[in-house]
Amino acid sequence: MIEIENLSHQIGGKPILSGIDLTLPTGGVTALIGPNGAGKSTLLKLISRHLSLQSGAVALDGVSLASIPADQLALKLATVSQEVGVASRLRIKDLVAFGRWPHTKGRPDKADHYVVDRTLQKFGLVDLQNRFLDEVSGGQRQRAFVAMAYAQDTDWLLLDEPLNNLDLVHARALMAELKRMALEDEKSIVIVLHDLNYAVAWADRIVGLRGGQLEMSGKVKTVATSEILSALYETKIEVEDTASGRRVWYYS
Amino acid sequence: MPGSLVARPKRFYLWTVLLLLTLSGVSIFVGVGTLVFSGLFTNPEALSLLLISRLPRTLAIILTGASLAVSGVIMQLLVRNRFVEPSTTGTSEAAMLGLLAVTLLAPQWSIFSKMLVASGASLLGIFGFLMLIRRLPPEQPLIIPLVGLIYAGILGAAATFVAYQTDLIQYLWIWITGEFSGVLAGRYELLWLAGALALLAYVAADQFTVAGLGREASLSLGLNYTQVLTLGVVTVALVASLVIVTVGMLPFIGLVVPNIVSRLMGDNLRESLPVVAGLGAGFVLVSDIIGRLVRYPYEIPASTVFGIVGAAIFLWMLLGRRSHA
Repeated sequence: MIEIENLSHQIGGKPILSGIDLTLPTGGVTALIGPNGAGKSTLLKLISRHLSLQSGAVALDGVSLASIPADQLALKLATVSQEVGVASRLRIKDLVAFGRWPHTKGRPDKADHYVVDRTLQKFGLVDLQNRFLDEVSGGQRQRAFVAMAYAQDTDWLLLDEPLNNLDLVHARALMAELKRMALEDEKSIVIVLHDLNYAVAWADRIVGLRGGQLEMSGKVKTVATSEILSALYETKIEVEDTASGRRVWYYS
Repeated sequence: MPGSLVARPKRFYLWTVLLLLTLSGVSIFVGVGTLVFSGLFTNPEALSLLLISRLPRTLAIILTGASLAVSGVIMQLLVRNRFVEPSTTGTSEAAMLGLLAVTLLAPQWSIFSKMLVASGASLLGIFGFLMLIRRLPPEQPLIIPLVGLIYAGILGAAATFVAYQTDLIQYLWIWITGEFSGVLAGRYELLWLAGALALLAYVAADQFTVAGLGREASLSLGLNYTQVLTLGVVTVALVASLVIVTVGMLPFIGLVVPNIVSRLMGDNLRESLPVVAGLGAGFVLVSDIIGRLVRYPYEIPASTVFGIVGAAIFLWMLLGRRSHA
């Protein structure tokens, strides 16, 4: 369980988050949604400690996050950040193997090799494993980074807009894989999403932010209504049930 | 770490070792004084020529080339930019400013103390550079080396001004021009320290590779990013200063060699660092041997030779990159 208490954050004197009180229960997929500049990524970075806390508190399973040593935290919580800058030329297999770093500190044993091979299979990267990161498409690279975080084998997995470079086939496959990890491997997954349809279709819970404030949070079934989502994005969002029984959201 | 998963690099290791052995042999037997292999056992003068001049010179070249190439690749991973190295980021120029200051203010200090002052100055130089590039957009990879070159140019100009005013231009020239003709037993041993630092970098190779994935990926894996950054920066500053104090500046080695090796083997340092070091040594050996032969019996500095070759390769890399993208 991640408990966030009265969390506020400023960057360059501008408030990004103000007074967030939020509990993320263990298990399931939680989608962080909201318009641009809502503070979704900042919230994720504060939980993963990529940004240091200014005011408020974050606790993981009752322990203050700030008091957990970095190498211990890496065994509990893995993060996939948004890609910036140039990727270094690592083979995909090596990249995924580096996900074992918190466990091995550079000395992998048989079990680690097994985890790496299984992860490569699971993410459909076996054929690409000897390719360098700069020789594959943006989507394949993104998948490799998610695979690396998966190989880290932590209870919590935080992902910042992982669908950014993915086409609809791979976006759907990734969401399905995350959902499966939550169900079968009992992982807790927090994911920043832009696409409302993916959020509603795959997440168990939705947390909505707007202008640095917590607007809503709860089970998808209860909060994913036309009124609540239209208010969150300040845009008319209509919902329609298809013949196959799926819900589709229109906002264009 | 993942290096153990693959057997590919063996071929590269073999070629690197063969290249180094051949070039070292040539370097030992090429020079103004005649030295033939059979003479080593019969002629005591030949043996002393080997031990006092040729062997130290060859060792100095290997240590210099290897440690410069290693510090180049470390800097490229930490800055996450292919086009940085000590001479394009003001590191070497800052070291020269420190060396000038200590030569003016405390000329009686030992060479080791002077080297330490130079290292301190080049550390400041790197920090200045890191502060500068923090404001630059990461998606524009060519701006970083351009800013670095301007920064280096300003520091170099300051050094030239001070040296001109104080009549130390000749000293400055010796530091700027890396060459090995003055290397004799007893005059190069500081370079072993640079070699030791390169070895230390190999011990921390995995950490540097992870750091090359960026700050956030490193933190997510529980790496002590600040510690690795500090280790890398101190290594680069010390190597740059050690080399300048003993043989002078050799630009481009730290730039060209890591880029070639990265193309061939990628950036997993546990695999590639031995080849980076070996190829660095090889390039300087070739440059020095060419420099000894072109105007025989006179010599051209190795840095001049490599400056020409390296600039050409650097240009090719810059232009080739565009057609890749």
